[in-house]
Amino acid sequence: MKDWRVKDWRYWLAEQRGTLLAFGIFIVMFVIYTSNHPAGFTANVVQTASNKGVLLAFVAMAQTLVVITAGIDLSVGMIFTLTNCLASWLVIGTGIETAFGVIAVLGTGLLCGAINGAIVIYGRLQPIVTTIATGAVYFGIALLLRPFPGGSVNEDLADALTGRLFGVVPASLVVLLAVVLVVWVPFSRSVLGRAAYAAGSSEMAAYMSGVPIRRGKFAAYALAGLLAAIGGLFLTFFTYTGDAAYASGNAYTLFSIAAVVLGGVSLFGGKGSAIGAIFGALAFRTIGDLLFVFDFDPLWQPLFQGVILLIAVSLGAFALFRVRNRLEWFL
Amino acid sequence: MDGMVPLFRMEGISKRYGGVRALEKAELSVSSGSIHAILGENGAGKSTLIKVMAGVVAPDEGRMTLDGREVTFASPGAANKAGIVCIFQELSLVPELSVADNIVISDPPKRFGMIDRKAQRRIAEEALARAGAADIHPLALVKDLPLSRRQMVEIAKALARKPRILILDEATSALTATDVAKIFSVLKRLRSEGLALLYISHRMNEIAELADYCTVFRNGRNVASYKAGTKSDNEVVELMIGREYSHIFPPKPARNAGAAVPVLEARKLSWTDRLDNVSLTVGAGEVVGLGGLDGQGQRELLLAFFGVLRGLSGQILIDGKPVSITSPSVARDDRIGMALIPEDRKTEGLMLPMTVRENLSFAALDRLSKAGIIDRAAEQRLIDDMVGLLAIKTAGLDIPVGALSGGNQQKVVIAKWLMRQPRIILLNDPTRGIDVGTKQELYQLMRKLADAGAAILFYSTDYDELIGCCDRVLVLYDGAVKRELVGAGITERALISSALNIHGEESPVGLGASV
Repeated sequence: MKDWRVKDWRYWLAEQRGTLLAFGIFIVMFVIYTSNHPAGFTANVVQTASNKGVLLAFVAMAQTLVVITAGIDLSVGMIFTLTNCLASWLVIGTGIETAFGVIAVLGTGLLCGAINGAIVIYGRLQPIVTTIATGAVYFGIALLLRPFPGGSVNEDLADALTGRLFGVVPASLVVLLAVVLVVWVPFSRSVLGRAAYAAGSSEMAAYMSGVPIRRGKFAAYALAGLLAAIGGLFLTFFTYTGDAAYASGNAYTLFSIAAVVLGGVSLFGGKGSAIGAIFGALAFRTIGDLLFVFDFDPLWQPLFQGVILLIAVSLGAFALFRVRNRLEWFL
Repeated sequence: MDGMVPLFRMEGISKRYGGVRALEKAELSVSSGSIHAILGENGAGKSTLIKVMAGVVAPDEGRMTLDGREVTFASPGAANKAGIVCIFQELSLVPELSVADNIVISDPPKRFGMIDRKAQRRIAEEALARAGAADIHPLALVKDLPLSRRQMVEIAKALARKPRILILDEATSALTATDVAKIFSVLKRLRSEGLALLYISHRMNEIAELADYCTVFRNGRNVASYKAGTKSDNEVVELMIGREYSHIFPPKPARNAGAAVPVLEARKLSWTDRLDNVSLTVGAGEVVGLGGLDGQGQRELLLAFFGVLRGLSGQILIDGKPVSITSPSVARDDRIGMALIPEDRKTEGLMLPMTVRENLSFAALDRLSKAGIIDRAAEQRLIDDMVGLLAIKTAGLDIPVGALSGGNQQKVVIAKWLMRQPRIILLNDPTRGIDVGTKQELYQLMRKLADAGAAILFYSTDYDELIGCCDRVLVLYDGAVKRELVGAGITERALISSALNIHGEESPVGLGASV
C-alpha cells in the first residue's frame, strides 16, 4: 500500500494535533520567557522551571487518564496532598527505609485511585460526585497526618531527583520521561488503555463489541491515583516538608483540568494523550513565569490563566457548527 | 432443510418485556453454507430474536444449540467467542478510534502485553479487503467517515472475528448501490466458504437475490419457513398479515372532500440522505398517518416540521403561507401553533425528577406569565383542566413525574402540549410501551382534537393503529413517500406491501397529497 505513505502522515498528524499544538504553545511561551529572563537560557532557569512544571505535569497526566474515559477526577489534588503528607513521614532514613516509604506512598496513591474507580464503575455513581466526596476524605486523612506543616524527607534522594544530571539536564524531567515510558506508553498501547478510550468515546458501542470496559476504566482511575502520588512525592522532594494545604490541593485539581484541555484532551472522552496534557501543564505554568519577567503584578496571574483557558476551551466548540440535527447538540 | 444437520438451533425461545411479549416459543435452524433471510413487520420479533442469538438479551425460556451442544450467552463477547457475530443496525463502532482500532477491538493482536500495531494494521487491511472496502484508510477515524463507509467498516470488523454465523440486521440500509453490489459478492463468497449467514432486510429484491431459505415472523412466532423462490411476494405479505386486532378505535367521520387550504403543507422537503422530496398536506380535522417500516425517515420528517433539522431544503406552509421554522420555540409560537409529542418521553418529553405540575406547565410558561412572573392561579386552572381532560392518574401534582406509570407519563407529555391549544399536532410513535387502556384513551383524544379542528400528523410503528385512527396514511420508504392510502384503502395488506415497496397492486403509487 505504497500510495498510503503520504496519507499515513496526515492521519498521524491529525491524531497528534492537540499534542503538537500544546507543544507549540509551550515552546513559544518558554522561548519568550527565557529570552526575557535576566539570566537567560541557563541550566539553572531550566531546572527551576522544570521542577515547578513537573508537579502539575504529573497531576495532569493523572487527570488525563480519567478524562479519557469521559469521567473527571476532582480528587487528584487531594491525593497529591495526602501523599505529600504521607511522604513527609515515611520517605526518610536509610536507603531501605526510604525505598519502603516510596513504595508505601505510591501504593497509597494507587489505592486511592482504585477506590475512586471501584465506586464509579461498580457503584455506578457519577465521577464528579464520587471524587468530590473521596477527595474530601483524602484531604481529611492528610490533615490528620499533618495538622501543621512539617516533617522531613530523605534529602539525598530529594536533591538527586530535583537537581541536574551531568550538570545540564534537570533530573525531574528525566523522571517525568521515565514515568511516561513506564506508565503512559504501556497503558495507552494495552488492551485496557484502548478499552478506556473506547468507553470514553462510546460506551455502548464498546460494550456491544465485547470490550473490557470496566477493567479499562478501573485501570485508568487506579493509575491516575498512582500518578498523582508520584506528583505528591515530588512535592515533598522540593519542599522537604508535608503540608495539608486545602487551597493548594484544590488549585492542583483545577489546574490539572486546565492543563488537560490545553493539551488537546477532550472532556467528552475518548480523545487525547497524556503527552499533550504534560505540555499543557508546562505551558500553563509558564504563564505565571511570563508575567514575572514582564514585571506584571502577580495579582494578574489568575486572570491571564483564565483567559487562556477560556480560549482553549472555545476552540473545541467549533464542531457544533457542523451539526445538522439540533438534537445532537444535547447528546 | 431436511436431511441436513443444522449448525445452530433455537427451540421454544420466549422473551417478554414487561407485559409485551416479543418472542413466543420461537424456533429457528441455521445451516452452514447458506443464507437465511428473516422476514416480518415492525414488532414481529426479529430484533429480539437476533439479540438473543448475539447474547445481548437473555431469553426467558427455551434452548439454543450449536453443533448439537446446548449453549447460553451471557454477553455479546461470549456469543462472539462461540462464533456468532452480529452486525447491528445501530452501529457498534467507537467514533473516536481509528478504523483499524475498531476492526480489532474485540481481540487486538498483542506483543509483549501491548497491542501490536503492525499486526493490527495488517489484520485491518485484510479485513477491509475481504469486505470489498480496501479504499478505506485504516488510520482514518470512524467519526470522520460517512455512514455508508462506516457500515463497510462494521462488516470488515465482523469478518475479522472469523465468524461461523454472521448476522446482518438491515446491514444494507445505509449503503449506496455500488456498496450493496460489493457486499452481495462478499456475502456469496462467505457462503461458499461455509459460513452461515442470517440476513434481515425489508428489501424484497435483496432477499430474492441472496437468500437460500426464508423464515417469516409474526407476533413473536415463526409462522413459516420455506425455500427461497417458492413463494411469491404476495404470498409472503399474506404470511406477515394477521396481527390480532385488540384495540377499539373511535369511529372515523365521513371524509369531507374538497377541504379548504390545508393547515400544514410540505413541499419537496429533503434533508441529508434521510428525507427525499417529501410533499404532504394535513387539513383541519384530519388525522394523517405516517407508515412504513421503522426508520424510513418518519422521525426526521416530524423533526423537520418542528424546526430541529438544519440544512433542510423545500418549503413548509402553514395555512397556505410559507413559513420558516428555525427552532421548536418558533414552531410552538401562536402563529404556527405546532406541538410535537416526542418518541422518547424520558429524554425528549419529560424532566423525570421534576414534579407533574412543573412538567405540565413547561411548554406554556410564556402564556401563563406576565413580565416573567408565573400566574399561579391561571396555571392551576389550566392544569386542573388538563388532568381532568386526560384523566391523568397521579397521587398529586407535586410528586416527581418519574413516579407515574408509563401511560400516565405519556399523558403528561401530551397534556403539556395541549395546554398551548396547538392547531397542528405531530405525534411520534406515542403509544410505544404503554398499556392498552391508555392507548384507547389516546385514540379517543386524538379524534376529539381533530374534531375540534386540529390537524394531526401521526407516526406509528403499529399498523393496527394507523388503520384504526387515520383518515389517510402516507407510507414512507427510504425517506420518500411511496404511497398514499385513503379511507377504506388503509388495510394491513396495503400497508405491509407498500412498506416493503412491493409494486403492482391495487391503486397506483400516489406521491404527495391529493387535491
